[in-house]
Amino acid sequence: MNVAQRLATRRNFMRGMLAGAAINVALPFLDCFLNANGTALADGAPLPTRFGTWFWGCGLTPGRWEPKTLGANYAMPDELPMLAPYRDQLSIFSGFKTFLDGNGLVPHVSGQRGIMTGTTGKENDPSLDVLIADATGANTRFRSLEVSAMGNPNNTISRRSNSVINASEGSPAALYARLFGPEFKDPNAADFKPDLRVMAEKSVLSAIKEPRDTLAGQLGAADKSRLDEYFTSLRQIEQQMDLQLQKPQPLEACSVGTKPVEIPTGTEVAMAAANHKLFAQILAHAIACDQTRVMNVSFSDGASSLRRGGEPTTQHIHTHEDPIDDKLGYQPGAAWFENQIMLSFAALLETLKNVREGDGTLLDRTVVMALSECGYAKQHTLESIPIFLAGGKGSGKIKTGLHVKGDGEPGTRVGLTVQQCLGLSVNSWGVGSMRTARPLTELIA
Amino acid sequence: MASKSKILWGGIALVVVAAAVVAGPRLMDRQGGNKSDGIAATAGGPPVLRRLTQAQYKHAIADIFGNDIKIGGRFDPDIRESGLIEVGAGKASVPESGLEQYGKMARTVAAQVFDKQHRDSLIDCKPASVTAPDDKCAAQFLSQVGRLLYRRLPTQDELGPLILASAEATKIVGNFYAGLEIALSSMLQAPQFLFDWEVPQKGPSGKTLDAYSKAARLSFFLWDTAPDDELLTAAQHGDLDTPKGIAGQVDRLLASPRLETGVRAYFADMLGFDGFDNLAKDPAIYPKYSFGLAIDAQEQTLRTITDHLLTRNGDYRDLFTTRNSFLSRPLGAVYGIPVPKDAPGATPDGWQPYVFPAGDPRSGILMQISFLALHSHPGRTSPTLRGKALRETILCQKVPDPPGNVNFNLVQDTKNPLYKTVRQRLSAHATAPTCVGCHKMMDPIGLALENFDSIGTYRAGENEAAIDASGEIDGVKFNDADGLGKAVHDHPATSACLVNRLYAYSVGRTPTKSETEWLRSDLMSGFVADGYRLQPLMRRIATSDVFFRVVSPDSEAKPVRSASAQGVGQ
Repeated sequence: MNVAQRLATRRNFMRGMLAGAAINVALPFLDCFLNANGTALADGAPLPTRFGTWFWGCGLTPGRWEPKTLGANYAMPDELPMLAPYRDQLSIFSGFKTFLDGNGLVPHVSGQRGIMTGTTGKENDPSLDVLIADATGANTRFRSLEVSAMGNPNNTISRRSNSVINASEGSPAALYARLFGPEFKDPNAADFKPDLRVMAEKSVLSAIKEPRDTLAGQLGAADKSRLDEYFTSLRQIEQQMDLQLQKPQPLEACSVGTKPVEIPTGTEVAMAAANHKLFAQILAHAIACDQTRVMNVSFSDGASSLRRGGEPTTQHIHTHEDPIDDKLGYQPGAAWFENQIMLSFAALLETLKNVREGDGTLLDRTVVMALSECGYAKQHTLESIPIFLAGGKGSGKIKTGLHVKGDGEPGTRVGLTVQQCLGLSVNSWGVGSMRTARPLTELIA
Repeated sequence: MASKSKILWGGIALVVVAAAVVAGPRLMDRQGGNKSDGIAATAGGPPVLRRLTQAQYKHAIADIFGNDIKIGGRFDPDIRESGLIEVGAGKASVPESGLEQYGKMARTVAAQVFDKQHRDSLIDCKPASVTAPDDKCAAQFLSQVGRLLYRRLPTQDELGPLILASAEATKIVGNFYAGLEIALSSMLQAPQFLFDWEVPQKGPSGKTLDAYSKAARLSFFLWDTAPDDELLTAAQHGDLDTPKGIAGQVDRLLASPRLETGVRAYFADMLGFDGFDNLAKDPAIYPKYSFGLAIDAQEQTLRTITDHLLTRNGDYRDLFTTRNSFLSRPLGAVYGIPVPKDAPGATPDGWQPYVFPAGDPRSGILMQISFLALHSHPGRTSPTLRGKALRETILCQKVPDPPGNVNFNLVQDTKNPLYKTVRQRLSAHATAPTCVGCHKMMDPIGLALENFDSIGTYRAGENEAAIDASGEIDGVKFNDADGLGKAVHDHPATSACLVNRLYAYSVGRTPTKSETEWLRSDLMSGFVADGYRLQPLMRRIATSDVFFRVVSPDSEAKPVRSASAQGVGQ
């Protein structure tokens, strides 16, 4: 199509949109949200399965978080009592590692990158959440949402490539405004009127795509792919606008909650926990309203700068410098932080469990992969990095509540399993020693 | 080209940046041309597609639309690579959430441009009817603003669809200005604006950047903003195709007070001041630290730098020993120096010059709060972090990452009565074989700064033990921080690092092999001959033939010997 034809197409499209805009699309409210079984939407489509990651730095204490037995009904390990209420929805993976394959260790980063992207090298591979979002998030307003409990936009483990790092939102109030501000179309509103301004903006925005080929022709291969990434983002923005122009499907579980009040943000654990709680609530509303199907939560940075208020020592420094207590057999200072972090993870699961959706809860249809970046922070080890999968029991896609031991196998086995369970057609994943074609079959429903 | 120039109604800039050539005293000893450039064998490097940094975006908006235009929304974090954000910008693209934010900012900016206060002064045509499309007025505005936003004449392929879409938008929303406002907001989200595009062209003596790319490279390097009207006009008229034309524009840019913005941008980047955005200090331990103090700390260092390098035209190396500085009241509280309002030289904004007296433990920018606080933990100092920062940011030396599976048992706890000071605790690094190799690069330097706590306050001791600030850097021994400053001043890597990094900053990528040779030999000896002065160095870079020479983006930039046979660079 030449430029003139493309423009003509757009003009016709716009005329169509205009004609539609004249009518207020009114649908009967609360007619029927779900099918009789509560497992599908009114139009027959199944309730979606969502995915999330939950990251924290500096790991857990080796020997204190791994269950003693394999499979289901494991006894809760010493370090995880707060997760006991979710045991039937919580799989624990021990003994899975990141191989460096000769790539330099980037302390407190490499371990997580290996598990999230399948490589610790210079490769451009996207993180697991991006693969899943690309496969499942096309019909939501936000392909994914990233948040940092410490308020630091750099705290993120989500990336499309080396050039596209998905920065975190650091303020719950800002996230709320982004989600439920004027652009939000309430799926349960009685009537729907497409916003003329959005319509006009979308039309004009597509005009900047016209010279794309000429622009790309001036670039080398690496820059061309960065330009492609820009246009991928532009297409996603256009999809956001498309969704704003359509009457959304009613969603019983959707409500917008209340706008959070700004609270202090920083490196104190109590601040991170309080902000995380607000984020968890907003994310639950976002998922229930189908604004996104993928979320990435960073509780802390990799070299965790979390600390107790009024104390100079960060969690990271505690892990390196605390002596091992003779009687306890571990570093009590570091363990205090691990306990606080796991309490917040439990709080996220509780928030998701408290939202009813169909015949279950949001947690039943959300698979959250929690992971850290090292096995033993004191020594920067990449062996047995803690990985959990929580939720998803009601999705019918994944088996839950198991302890699986990896015996030094690559952590990508967990990610490959999740991809296959969520319906991605992928046989193998990862690079070098992180490459695996072996999903954890005990999890596949 | 005819069709392109036809749609540019006169090419009148919306805002003509003040461009008076003010030859200040600091330019008196500017050097002449670069006759000795050994560029015959220097092939240049690949052109770069750089995402505008946060500062460049803000500067460009302010220059094009006015200082009072507010930018709503948040920027994606800049990416730092090889020690510079300006190099990371050449690797960054735009994530969806980032483009969403650019969209927010674009709408906010466009709404202000079209509000009552600004519209008539920024848009110099009137539509035939306010409620109907007017392609002529839309084209006039979009081509004028497009030239400034895209930093070249927009093509028919770019303008045509925008004009058409603007008319459609006008019809949808029923107002000409609202339609045009939406078109402007789209342009502000276009890759041509968000990225600095460098386009190669074939010249008589090999490939160079085209004239508009040259203009942008010059302007971002020297002013940290998009080219102004005069520079774009120079590009359009072919002035930047000749060494004389380039030298004329370079002199104009160097003579402008806006050079200070460019110099500040470079040093803020080099010193990693973006790190302050996420720097936390424990308020219970350091009640004097605040976001405002962090701003002032950066300002102090940037004022010291621009005063020394631009106003006084000083030797770059003296930045590490100078006792001249500036203070604000919050800084005075940390330094323990009264800052009375009516001190000589005090300005209404609360700043005043201050000379640290002889005998004061502080000298040079490494002993200012900005360096000391940025490279410390939230509640205590870190000689390792400070030593690493000095190696990497000031000397351009890479400290390797620590290996995996390190046993840190030896770096003992602070409560051990045998090890009261950090020096004693860190002695473990010097005895453990896996640590010693790298830590001997960092710790002895950082320990020299132990008299300054995590926010830079002076302290004579730690845990009631006196602090021993003696140390050694690459064979040069010193007794205290002052001695460290002198050692850094005299270290050959200090000036070589500035030459290398400033060049990397100016081209937005690490230098290629052949460029590195040129930097080491010609540019370095020029810098020495200039008495290590910054402005002549910037001039040497900007007027050198190497600066604009490019190789094909996909060829690994290697020295091209054949080029010398063709007399390239004369």
